[in-house]
Order: sequence, then C-alpha cells, then structure tokens
Amino acid sequence: MNEPLLEVKNLQVRFYLSERTVYAVNDVSFTVEPGQVVGLVGESGCGKSVTSLAIMRLIQKPGRIDAGQILLRERNKTVDLLRLSTKEIEQVRGNRISMIFQDPMTSLNPVLTIGYQLMEPLKLHRGLSAEEARREAVRLLARVGIPEPEGRLKEYPHQYSGGMRQRVMIAMAAACSPDLLIADEPSTALDVTIQAQILDLLLELKQDLGTAIIIITHDLGVIAEMAQKVVVMYAGTVVESGPIKTIFSTPQHPYTEALMYSIPPLHAAPERLATIKGAPPLILAELTHCPFEPRCAKRIARCAEERPPLLELEPDHACACWVAQAQIGEVQ
Amino acid sequence: MTEAIVQTVDLVKSFAVRRGFFAQRKTRLYAVDRVSLSINAGETLGLVGESGCGKSTLGLTLMQLYEPTSGQVYFDGDNLVGMPSAQLNKVRRKMQMIYQDPYAALDPRMNIEEILTEPMIIHGIGTRHERLAEARRLMDIVGLPQDALGRFPSEFSGGQQQRIGIARALMLQPKLIICDEPVSSLDVSVQAQILNLLRDLQKEFDLTYLFISHNIAVTRFMSRRIGVMYLGRLTEIGPGATIVEQPRHPYTQALISAVPDPQPTDTRRQRRLSGDVPSPIDRPSGCTFHPRCPFAQAECANTEPQLRPFGPEHFVACHFAEKTAATTS
Repeated sequence: MNEPLLEVKNLQVRFYLSERTVYAVNDVSFTVEPGQVVGLVGESGCGKSVTSLAIMRLIQKPGRIDAGQILLRERNKTVDLLRLSTKEIEQVRGNRISMIFQDPMTSLNPVLTIGYQLMEPLKLHRGLSAEEARREAVRLLARVGIPEPEGRLKEYPHQYSGGMRQRVMIAMAAACSPDLLIADEPSTALDVTIQAQILDLLLELKQDLGTAIIIITHDLGVIAEMAQKVVVMYAGTVVESGPIKTIFSTPQHPYTEALMYSIPPLHAAPERLATIKGAPPLILAELTHCPFEPRCAKRIARCAEERPPLLELEPDHACACWVAQAQIGEVQ
Repeated sequence: MTEAIVQTVDLVKSFAVRRGFFAQRKTRLYAVDRVSLSINAGETLGLVGESGCGKSTLGLTLMQLYEPTSGQVYFDGDNLVGMPSAQLNKVRRKMQMIYQDPYAALDPRMNIEEILTEPMIIHGIGTRHERLAEARRLMDIVGLPQDALGRFPSEFSGGQQQRIGIARALMLQPKLIICDEPVSSLDVSVQAQILNLLRDLQKEFDLTYLFISHNIAVTRFMSRRIGVMYLGRLTEIGPGATIVEQPRHPYTQALISAVPDPQPTDTRRQRRLSGDVPSPIDRPSGCTFHPRCPFAQAECANTEPQLRPFGPEHFVACHFAEKTAATTS
C-alpha cells in the first residue's frame, strides 16, 4: 500500500451569509495516492468544488474552513496545508498542486497574449530567462497539441477555440510538473469529441509526469474512463468511496445506486429510468441524521435519528449508510 | 404510425455575415443546409450533433420562428413556408417548444397561473374559468403542487421550472413538441424525472417529439430514430439502436466512441477525432467532414455525398460507408 500523497481529514467548510449559514462541506475525508486519478462526483451543490477549493486554500469570505486537516506528503515529512502561511501556500500552489477550471476563459486574461501568460509564471516560479521561457512555452504548447505553437504564442485567448484554451490551461498547470492536478469539470463546457481529446491529454500528462489527478465532475462516464478511485458526495458529505470497479458494479450506498440507474445508458434502451424523488437539500445546520434519508427508498428509523459515519465495508471501500453497514454486519 | 406529421424538403437557413477588416466582406453562414427529413405521428426523432452543427436552428426554422432561406416545411399536410401569418398562427398552436434554460423561458414577473393561461388567452380559447381549470389539470399531470399557481418562477427549482415549461407547452393541446436540450441544465437525478415525464406525456397525449440534444445517451433513451448533423448537413439518420451500435458515417462513429461510457473498462477506446469543428462560415468543400475523416479520399474533397439508404430507415451521407462498417466495433 502506497503512502497517500494527499489526505483530506474531517474537512468542514461553511459559508456565513447574513441571513443564514450554509454547511457546504461536512466532515469530508478521503485520500489520493501518488499518480492516482481520483474522481469526485456528485450533483450541483454537493460540495465537490468547495472541497477542491479548500485544498488549494482558495475559499473566500463569507466562506471559511472551520475544521479539518489537509495533509500533503513532501518527501519524508507531511505538511498540513491549512496551517501554512499565505507565503508558504503560494509556494505549494502552482509548484506542487495546480488547478484547472471548467471555463478557461475566466482563468485567462483576455488582454494579454497566450505567450505572455504562459511565460510569466515560468520566469517567476522557475526563474527562467525571457528566451528560455519562450522556448519552454513553445515546448509546452506543442506538448498539449497546439499546432504552430511559435505563431500562436502571439495570439490572444479569444483567437483560440474552447478546446485549445483548455489545452493552454493544462500546459500552464503542467509547467511546474506538479504532484497533484485538480481538474474541476475540465471538459463540461466542451463538445464530446473535444472532451475526449482533453481527457486523453490529461491521462498522457499523468503518464509522463506521474501527476496525481483529482477530477471533479457530475458525469459518471468521465469518472469511469479516467479514475481508479471514486468519491461520491452528497449534501457536503462523502457517502461512498472506493475503487472504481467496485463502486460501479456493486454500489452500496442507496444514493450511489440511484445515481447510476438514473443515467440513460448508451448501449441499452430501457422503458424508464430510475429516479430519486425530490431534489438535493441545502444543509443549513449541523447534520444530525443521514442527509439522503428524506429521498431514500431503503431508509430505516435510525437514518432520521443519527448520522451514519463513513465506515469501511471492505478494504478501501467505505460507505456512510446504516442499512449497508447492517447488511455487511449480518454477512460477517 | 407511418404517417408523417412533419416533413422538411431541402430546408436551408443561412444568415448574412460580414467578415474581414471593418466587416467589408459579405458572406453567408449556412446553419442548416438542404436538410430533408420527416417525423411520423407519435414518434420521437432525436437530433444530435456538436455546438454549431445547426440542430437548434433546424428546430427554430421548422417552427417558422426563423424564416427559411429556401426549401419546404410540411406540417400536417400544409406547407408552412410562405403561409399567411394569420393562418400560420393557427397552425402554430399545434407546435410547441420546450427550451434548455427553463428559467430564461419563463417571464419572471408573471405568476404560474398567468404563464400557463397566456397561450390560451392569445389564441382566444375558453373562458377565464376554463383556462384556470386547464392550468390546474396540467399542473397535476406534470407533477406540480396546486398551490404553485400563485407563485413566481424564481420560487421553483430547475426541475420544477422545466415542469412549468412543459405544462405551458401542453396548454394548447399540441401535436408536435420541439424539445431543445430540455434536460441539459439539470442534474442527473432530476434529469431522469423529466425524461420519464416526457415519455409518459407522449403516450398519454399522443405527442410527436423532435428531441434536440448534444447528449447521445439521453437522445437514445428518448428517441425511436436519431439524426446526426455536422456543419448544417444531416450526415446520418436511422433507428436509435442502429445509430449507436452500427453507425456507418465516420463522424457518427467518432461521436459515439467519444461518449464517456459509465461502465469502467480497462482500455479507453481509440477512435479519436483530431482538431476542432471548422467554422460554419468557411465550410470545407465536398464532404464537410473530410479534413477530419480517417477514411477521406480525394473524391471526398470534390464531391458532396448525399444520403443513401443502408437498411430499414437507415440513411448515410458518405461515399465510403461500405468500407467504414468493416472497421466498426
């Protein structure tokens, strides 16, 4: 068993709005091993993006990280990212952990050339000279599959297509060979054929640089093609996590199961889709029960009274459900 | 089931665009280019393709919300192109639309009762009482609470807003509903509810759907037949199972193989398209797909392929569709 590269432990993030407090991330724990692709999946508002922003320490007011640890392993020691100073965390960002977002246009400055935006961090982070940075920028653009990289350095973001902009973001993220890349819905805004290219490119980078990837998506298909491990989130909690094959073939949490069957299959033509009644809740208080209980088809009395902990049902496969845990208990 | 309720013949919608320095150069963008298709009463025809392929423009042109540049649109036997507007308005009652962003499609200052009864008022149908009764009945059918009538669109979730949009589309008892990406902005658990609802309504009211989506799995679930568009052209059309399992057009093959399959496999499939979709303003000559096509020959750049029959209800616009089949799967 590998030492984890990243360990998120009991993370809590809340947003203190004037009229109410939103409990966005409630006690989230998971690990990422070196070079592993971990998929963080869930519907809008489940806390998957907030979790990733917390790892980068990018939560802004009125949001606040209230508790937990984010342990990043560095050679022989482990640092808690939540305890680093602003200066220290800036060293981690970009160098050891990089992030790419759904909409590259919001991350690129529209009035600066692609070349400038690519070369600037190379000079700052890696101390390259102007000429070295230019050569490295050309190499990076070529690496992510931009044709005629020399000429395209002088162009502005709007002259690039959506898929090419995302390639530029990946080039920037890869520039410092980070240990961990967080990709937040990296292909959601793209057409499927372009999405396939971008996902291939991410996997190539993982192979070349040994970068671990946390991929955040609502698309279970993307997870299935990319990840080795999947973490399913609901209402700011981890409801189930484990190896991808286990989760997809024998999901134990009723939410995971319902999510799987509510997606129309490509290679079959069922009469109806399974549905989950209602919509995901907004959590406005400390969770004292299972957040999925009101929508759950398998609920028992205990679900409304006590919050189920995330327990291992078998090695590596954890599930936060009283019913699933009781079933495993009976089998053993 | 064999009677066509909608038929387009060589339908074209092009837009004038200005390009170049100070926009001095005039040219035309062909969003929909000579598309001929028909939809049978009671069936769903799915329309898939990537952004800019013209699938939404086709829907709007079919509804005559865009005036066609050329070609014909027959609805229930009448040619809609060039029809006097008074007559067209009457026909339009029978064709309704459901949009991608349900909130944008609902007037935020009208309550649900006003939203639902407005189409009947415009068409002068029923008394106030009858309109309200119809609104109540449809609220029930689409699964909205009765007390919702006095509330405003912003008070509802995305899934509920789409239910309101569906109820409004049903108010005039249409025959055809054009669904333009109706579930694209919804989460999967809510998406499944809306898709099931649309299928239930189709059976209950004997509706015909044109279902436009970029999501092939969703389109397959909804549709009996699927049409594939690329740069304004219909490149392949056929039964849902044929299009997904035995596609003949190289573009369809690439599109299907690019769909991430939620069944984990050990190997990722290999067929990848390189490059981006070309601009619809400077479409490639001949077969518009040829610069990206793995099977392209010299002929493809010169001669535009027309749809040819390949099996029951299956048509492919590719010079080499016989060859592509051997390498599928």
